Amino acid sequence: MSSEEETIVRYDASERINHWIVAITFFLSSLSGLALFHPSLFFLTNLFGGGPWTRILHPWTGIVMVVAFVLMAKWMWRDNYLNDNDRRWLSQISDVIGNREEHLPPAGRYNAGQKILFWVLVASLALLLLSGIVMWYAYFALYFPLWVRQSAAAIHALAAFVLVEGIIVHIYASIWVKGSIHAMVGGKVTPAWARQHHPEWYREISEGKA
Amino acid sequence: MPLQSLDIAARSATTLPSPGIRRTEEVAKLIDISKCIGCKACQAACMEWNDLRDEVGFNFGSYQNPADLTPASWTLMRFYEVEPAGHLEWLIRKDGCMHCAEPGCLEACPSPGAIVKYSNGIVDFVEENCIGCGYCITGCPFNIPRISKQDDKAYKCTLCSDRVAVGLEPACIKACPTQALVFGSKEAMREHAADRVAELQERGFKNAGIYDPAGVGGTHVIYVLQHADQPELYELPKDPKISPVVKLWKGITKPLAMLALGASVLVGFLHYVDVGPNEVKHEKKASDRRDRT
Ligand code: HEM
Ligand code: SF4
Ligand code: SF4
Repeated sequence: MSSEEETIVRYDASERINHWIVAITFFLSSLSGLALFHPSLFFLTNLFGGGPWTRILHPWTGIVMVVAFVLMAKWMWRDNYLNDNDRRWLSQISDVIGNREEHLPPAGRYNAGQKILFWVLVASLALLLLSGIVMWYAYFALYFPLWVRQSAAAIHALAAFVLVEGIIVHIYASIWVKGSIHAMVGGKVTPAWARQHHPEWYREISEGKA
Repeated sequence: MPLQSLDIAARSATTLPSPGIRRTEEVAKLIDISKCIGCKACQAACMEWNDLRDEVGFNFGSYQNPADLTPASWTLMRFYEVEPAGHLEWLIRKDGCMHCAEPGCLEACPSPGAIVKYSNGIVDFVEENCIGCGYCITGCPFNIPRISKQDDKAYKCTLCSDRVAVGLEPACIKACPTQALVFGSKEAMREHAADRVAELQERGFKNAGIYDPAGVGGTHVIYVLQHADQPELYELPKDPKISPVVKLWKGITKPLAMLALGASVLVGFLHYVDVGPNEVKHEKKASDRRDRT
């Protein structure tokens, strides 16, 4: 337990539920997709009731993920514009990795890494949706010429790779930065947490509160 | 288990060798278009042997029926009215799987053992293992596989692998009244085709030739074409090969991507071990309970 009271609301209940719907549908989509990505992962089809069920379910979980992400992106969008501090933050990436947070320019509600992750998710999900529809043989694929279907398959696999890499970084960061998972589960953080990891955001909310 | 296949040359989505100690002779079906009269006996024989009854189609102004290959029509006589040398020619091509030596369908298929290639060259779909994703259609340079709306499985010509396995010729071969269809070892078929090409050239078809495209490593269904310089006349691709995009999608990029994913997780773990968790530092100072003193 922290010595300071958790007094700052970082995510309200609807935001937290929204986030976890995205997270769950991400796992369903990525595990079912990766099952078809490489033979060594085909065993993952067992999680979904076999190969045909994996093939059937995957596009639907993908669509639910995209819809939930769009809702989430709507309230996060403006917080993820990059500014000058963020550019300096990125140029000092060795301090980020070396855990010397005190040398870094102050982050806002999200730091530059989180912001970039956000835009990577926006781009990869847009590509996954478009290419996924083209690959969907049950309903759409045969409306497209062969070369479009072939390109869509390559783009879908690439975008999925980028998305999964991005989420690996995201999950690692949330494990590394103590208190982050708690913020997305209970919704609240301590002032000290906010001051250390997101000083600009802390300043804004404390001024707003005052 | 003497009845199992011990002559599997390649198997979809499989990274280790398949049972393959038995070697069989490479076979081929030769389709001599110059001899075909378009009677469709082969189409009927295919239906009969494979016990398939396609839906009754409609007449779209050609003898071609059905209009396209379907999950229940694995071979189809295609009729073309063309004028390559200033006068009308009626070209009739028996369409169906080419049984490529380097099959794009097999390359693309994500389901282990849904597509196999035997050492005799036959490429067979094993519907039991098929998940209905359609990747085989994306991978095939000849637009052959079709997915059934009834069971979401992919189907195509088997080259009568069941008959060939017991020493019979494919059903279509047996039915052909003009010997436009011949079956035998790939070598013998190439020799036979070369003889036919020489005859045709003597008769004035200067550009007669064999269609056994090298881009897919050769095929186990080969054609004798009157106009081998213009395979487009028969709606055949001029230089078929597995598309570079499919190679990119299915090639070395996949294992590299797998390696990168695994490496990222490992790097994350090592980073954690290296720098330790990123905890709230002021909080630590303020907290007396966690200090050892
Ligand atoms: C946005 C909606 C999405 C749609 C419509 C969609 C559609 C598809 C389709 C149709 C396939 C072919 C297999 C099948 O028929 O099930 C596929 C494969 C795949 N999908 Fe998605 N998908 C979507 C989102 C995602 C997401 C969020 C991921 C997460 C990583 C993902 C990862 C993959 C992967 C890795 C494959 C296998 C690619 C390969 O074989 O190389 N997809 N997708
Ligand atoms: S013609 Fe198409 S379906 Fe037949 S073996 Fe070649 S790639 Fe596969
Ligand atoms: S539809 Fe069936 S045969 Fe075709 S690629 Fe998918 S699993 Fe393989």
